[in-house]
Amino acid sequence: MTQALRCIDLSVRLGSWLALDRVGLVLPEGAFMTIVGPNGAGKTTLLKCLLGLVEPTGGRIELLGHAPLECPAAWLGYVPQLKTLDRSFPARAIELVATGVLGRWPGWLRGSARAAAQEALERVGMGERALRPISVLSGGELQRVYLARALARRPRLILLDEPAAGMDLAGEADMYAILEDYQSDAGATIVMVTHDWDAARHHSSHVLVLGRQQLAFGTPQEALSEAQLRQAFGHVGHRHDAARGQKGRGGHA
Amino acid sequence: MLEALTMPFVQYALMAGLMVGLLSAYFGVFVVQRGLSFMGNGLAHAAFGGVALALLAGWDHYLWVAMPYTIAVGLGIQYVQRRTRMSGDTVIGIFFAVSMALGIIFLSLRRDTSVDAWAVLFGDILAITAGDVWMAGGALATGVAALPMWRRWAYATFDPELAQADRLRVERDDYLLAGFLALTIVVAVKVVGIVLIAALLVIPPATARLLAPTFLAMTLLSMVLGLAGVLAGMAAAWHFDLPTGPAIILVQAGFFFLAAIARRRG
Repeated sequence: MTQALRCIDLSVRLGSWLALDRVGLVLPEGAFMTIVGPNGAGKTTLLKCLLGLVEPTGGRIELLGHAPLECPAAWLGYVPQLKTLDRSFPARAIELVATGVLGRWPGWLRGSARAAAQEALERVGMGERALRPISVLSGGELQRVYLARALARRPRLILLDEPAAGMDLAGEADMYAILEDYQSDAGATIVMVTHDWDAARHHSSHVLVLGRQQLAFGTPQEALSEAQLRQAFGHVGHRHDAARGQKGRGGHA
Repeated sequence: MLEALTMPFVQYALMAGLMVGLLSAYFGVFVVQRGLSFMGNGLAHAAFGGVALALLAGWDHYLWVAMPYTIAVGLGIQYVQRRTRMSGDTVIGIFFAVSMALGIIFLSLRRDTSVDAWAVLFGDILAITAGDVWMAGGALATGVAALPMWRRWAYATFDPELAQADRLRVERDDYLLAGFLALTIVVAVKVVGIVLIAALLVIPPATARLLAPTFLAMTLLSMVLGLAGVLAGMAAAWHFDLPTGPAIILVQAGFFFLAAIARRRG
């Protein structure tokens, strides 16, 4: 099976802060990997490394057989954290989705780019809200718009950073259904950062537990087993307890 | 007013004013949407330093010195901000103060100048020469040549990380934008003066932002308002015998308040 992602001794230092320390993993194409861990564990940093936004200070990454910056942007669909969105920007939902098709901000949106953006919005149940300004959309609706943006280019690898933040339970279930649908349709690989360990257990084929170092990697049964969590965090409990345990060990909040 | 249009100095004023109004309204949309309104002030005061340096060197065609000086400061602001990761307003504030301090020192070193400091500070659109019009025309031509950059700048304005993830060279594009802003500000010195340049850069885009549903509409509306503000401001200045730069700014501020009222009612 082709490798979607390969990290070899990947380390990232941000100033004096060691954000990632010798992460190593191989993920086959078509896998659904969730990345879990407490705040400051390096989850978003890892995602940004995969996108080529942060340069590793050690080791290397192969993304669909390429270095991150050499991997065609059209192969990657990215859903950023909602908190980075500038709601004051004058834009309609369909324009934001069109950036996924065009790789640029759209001017006059027409033709195939408009059709592809509209189709992607239909896919996430936002077709009727295509012309709404992003400033009036709810958090859950905006997450769907971002998801539509990522899917619009029919990527081979989707990277999501806490995509369920701001969604209600029904919206979250819809999101997983849309992602799994797309995955079975296109054979795409999914890499998702989440704080929801239950979702990681139920939806992913692989789980990476990060605490700046790679604490565990494998199937959900392996990576989230009682023994593994005990080894990683010193005790087993609710996911927030685990996060607190890590911070108590000197982790960065 | 119509017979005034036959006079060369009025024609020069009108041409330079419209070109500067258009340029500043266009580049201003990125300034306003990126929350960099202070950048206009910072670069305007850098232009003051450049003008003062030209006067110290004994060169009355001060814009030819102010232009590279201001562009260098614009690029310097970008460079320091990226290297230190300090907030934009802090870095701009430092360059602003240094440029002003240098400008005052340069002026104090040379007192016998034929250039009216009042004109540099507050503009003197009726003193615009054919050379100034050519300079504004050159700036407009480079602005038109950079129109394909709009989609890249707009994307990076919305979210620089998304743009970078789509392989846009955001850092290089930001340097280019800073260079164009500096160029626009320098050519605007004679029209509205250093003190009021930032308003020319901020008010039309801010008005358009109140009314436009999309960034493209905001850009186009800002340009229309920039042109209309210059035309109406110059007409008002001529009719009521007012200084032209402040008249343009007050007309544009009038548009802004009307738009704010219209939006509140809407």
